[in-house]
Amino acid sequence: MDITLTTLQAVAVEEREETVTRVSKGLVVEKLGAYYGNFLAVADVDMTIRPNKVTAIIGPSGCGKSTFIRCLNRLHEVVRDARVVGKVMLDDEDLYDPRMDPVAVRRSIGMVFQRPNPFPTMSIYDNVASGLRLNGVRNRGLIAEKVELSLRQAALWDEVKDKLKKPALALSGGQQQRLCIARTIAVDPSVVLMDEPCSALDPISTLKIEDLIAELKQELTIVIVTHNMQQAARVSDYTAFFLGNEKVGAGELIEYGPTRAIFTNPADPRTENYITGRFG
Amino acid sequence: MASSAFNTGGSLPRRQFINRVMGALLCLSAAVALTPLLLVIGFILANGISGINLDLLTKLPKPVGELGGGMGNAFLGTAILIALASLFGVPIGVLAGIYLSEFGNTGFARILRFLTDVLTGVPSIIIGIVAYTLVVVPTHSFSAVAGGVALAIIMIPVVTRTTEEALRRVPNALREASLGLGVHEWKTMMYIVLPAGLGGIVTGVMLAIARISGETAPLLFTAFGSRFWQDGLGNPIAAVPLQVYKYALAPYKDWHDQAWAAAFILMMLILILNVGVRVVTRSGFQKIR
Ligand SMILES: Nc1ncnc2c1ncn2[C@@H]1O[C@H](COP(=O)(O)OP(=O)(O)O)[C@@H](O)[C@H]1O
Ligand SMILES: [Mg+2]
Repeated sequence: MDITLTTLQAVAVEEREETVTRVSKGLVVEKLGAYYGNFLAVADVDMTIRPNKVTAIIGPSGCGKSTFIRCLNRLHEVVRDARVVGKVMLDDEDLYDPRMDPVAVRRSIGMVFQRPNPFPTMSIYDNVASGLRLNGVRNRGLIAEKVELSLRQAALWDEVKDKLKKPALALSGGQQQRLCIARTIAVDPSVVLMDEPCSALDPISTLKIEDLIAELKQELTIVIVTHNMQQAARVSDYTAFFLGNEKVGAGELIEYGPTRAIFTNPADPRTENYITGRFG
Repeated sequence: MASSAFNTGGSLPRRQFINRVMGALLCLSAAVALTPLLLVIGFILANGISGINLDLLTKLPKPVGELGGGMGNAFLGTAILIALASLFGVPIGVLAGIYLSEFGNTGFARILRFLTDVLTGVPSIIIGIVAYTLVVVPTHSFSAVAGGVALAIIMIPVVTRTTEEALRRVPNALREASLGLGVHEWKTMMYIVLPAGLGGIVTGVMLAIARISGETAPLLFTAFGSRFWQDGLGNPIAAVPLQVYKYALAPYKDWHDQAWAAAFILMMLILILNVGVRVVTRSGFQKIR
């Protein structure tokens, strides 16, 4: 029952008209491992994330999905004693090259988090403008333009255009999350990472964000972690299934491929067990 | 079956009795703890209220034996001393607090935190001696600056620890949101984390000011006291607690009255500061939420 439903939806995604308005960048991950101190949380991931596509990361809690995507924009290393091994390329740039500035990496690979986290002391407008301002953009006209554009892209403009000076925290949870998306795309990243962006939201807000993702991939590459299999099937073009290693606990990439293939014809029995809700 | 589900052992009347006795004991302890505070306030109020007048706040002390006059110079002096102490102490304390919250796990940070805690417990007279050695001896003069330095040393640990606490309470999600936008670490600190923790930092500063505004011992041989309007920061300066101390020891009734009145005003100022802290923190928390 479930399977046929998700299958149809996966097919629907693939048959949707694919228009690309800006060619974005892809990521190539090689032998990536992530440590917290001596604890290996993610081991040996090889993966090619395609430009202008939505790639979903699925897998049970604690298998290292968050850790993995935080390695993609070098946010993992801000955790104390955390460390990354292996390689991540954004097109032909090596993100972990010693000469690479992690700040520059995070500017071109943005992130949306599980809980909406607008800056509490700032207005709606200032939240969206914050990335530009803190990166040294002074031109007010340019900022205003970019704020409006980003809010429109995040499908939030109509709801907030009359209260841009209001505190961001006055918005609902779903609106706050779209605000965070607007804030992220305002600095023109090539890739946006989303870590369970809907798990704190109601179903209506979730649908809005899913529609938004479909729009955004015309310009951006998107990697989304989700707990929700239907969501993965609805929004993604490719799906990666992660699972914690039984012995050492480290998260491993079990299977990766087009979403339709993963959901209809998984190669690994563990993938099948997971997406059909049968574990282990 | 049903009765066993509610049976928690012991008889109900017995437990209710114990409950009441313990409640009464707690009430009594709270009352005993509060008594000294109420006594102090009541005493100062009773003795001080009659001596309050505008002259006290605006006039200079009269020569010994002449009635009237006030200690306007002392109130001004305390204001100057607090301003100086804040000028020296707040930036150092806030920066140290930022350091502890950001690099709190390094060995140096642990030593710093330990020393800060030790400094909080050092008797203030000793801090006076330190400021005397640091400022008065080299400059050959008691001065407002020396008093300010002494008070700043008392302020620093309070401001440091409250700043650290306030910044640690700022959710990590905000830091990561900012870092994720490609904002540098120091800008994230300055423009995202610091504003989010500002309520707590202001609280710390106000508490520190409340603490130093009543300090007497460290001023004895730094600020020294004066019976005139302040003349530059390099000269001895009057302060309310010093003046109260001197007047209280003197054998003149009108000086005693002035000391009570000044003590009352000082106490009210400290009380207002503390209440202010409550108001600030309450609105601060609402902002975060
Ligand atoms: N800050 C951290 N310090 C130490 N271990 C962590 C930290 N964050 C996550 N982990 C561990 O890393 C593993 C993967 O966690 P995470 O990436 O959050 O999984 P997921 O997002 O798939 O639920 C878990 O075992 C978790 O306990
Ligand atoms: Mg996670």
